[in-house]
Amino acid sequence: MVDPRVSIIDERMRDIRKVIAVSSGKGGVGKSLIASILGLTLAKKGYKVGLFDLDFTSPSTHIILGIEGVQPKEDKGIIPPKVHGLEYMSIVYYSRDQATPLRGADVSNALIELLSITKWGKLDFLVLDMPPGIGDATLDLIRLIKKAEFLIVTTPSQLAFETVKKLASLLNGLRVPIVGVIENMKMNQSETIRQQTQKLGLTYLSGIPYDPNIEKTIGKTNRLLDTRFAKKVEQIVPSL
Amino acid sequence: MHEWALAEAVIAAAAEAAEKERLKGITEVQIKVGELQQVELDILEFALSQLKTDKFKNAKFKIATAKAELQCRVCGHKWVFNKETLDKDAAEAIHFVPEVAHTYIKCPKCGSPDFEIIEGRGVWLESIKGAK
Repeated sequence: MVDPRVSIIDERMRDIRKVIAVSSGKGGVGKSLIASILGLTLAKKGYKVGLFDLDFTSPSTHIILGIEGVQPKEDKGIIPPKVHGLEYMSIVYYSRDQATPLRGADVSNALIELLSITKWGKLDFLVLDMPPGIGDATLDLIRLIKKAEFLIVTTPSQLAFETVKKLASLLNGLRVPIVGVIENMKMNQSETIRQQTQKLGLTYLSGIPYDPNIEKTIGKTNRLLDTRFAKKVEQIVPSL
Repeated sequence: MHEWALAEAVIAAAAEAAEKERLKGITEVQIKVGELQQVELDILEFALSQLKTDKFKNAKFKIATAKAELQCRVCGHKWVFNKETLDKDAAEAIHFVPEVAHTYIKCPKCGSPDFEIIEGRGVWLESIKGAK
């Protein structure tokens, strides 16, 4: 028996120029916020952009972007709705934002299903908000989307950076491209993470200062793009 | 209508399998469809007939259905999925992404959402036959 869905994923990704997987070793480092703002920023610059929330058990990009009351269209597959200039896909369309407890095999199955039925069409960028760690979603993504490049998010914490080392080691071992590392929630001018990133042979893309006001902009896309946080994210666009 | 997307996947997978087996033409494609996904078989069959390439011109698509059997990981209870126990929106959501069954279905015995879909999740390519 063969799972036929896997055979159509390359075709679904065919017209997407770049797939950027925003990932991390640990949770709580700001991946979803960076993925959402990166998507909005690229769309504002005139690129055709998709944003796909792959954190199936804890999706949050719809909250960051204030997305509600929209559903994908059906046309020989699923067509993601365009919201704030982004073609936006999330499991919340189907879970109705209720708790969806999934084990690893279920995460894989849901990922394969959505990759095989979602028709993105032509995109310059597909930004993926990944779940943390090197579990099922990350392994499946590496297996199924050959053109995926990883953008790794960390905090100044050594605990977070230790997991970056593991993620980077996995990706390097599998020859998966790494765009670079973003250090989020910087509290001071320390160069430690920059130096350690460079020691790993990776590009240090940006250090984003901790912004206590960012919480107030959640759900309000115009205000999100006006933050210092968003200005910092914008600076990494030329590196993509 | 996302049966079309699934039919495209079946055609692509069958063509890949035929390539591997070095078959010149495919005469039969056996497909298994699990009831959890509530695939409309008429639409799937029609989509397959419209999507088939030259390699499939003499192919018969045989579709078998399988009951969706679920087993609770907490108490071990086994049961069969019944669409009629769900409201329309929940049934439709499971149609698109069967894993959201864990949102809408609980073990009828102990109430846990931690169950395994033992059989009958979605669409599988069972086998192909053809001439070398």
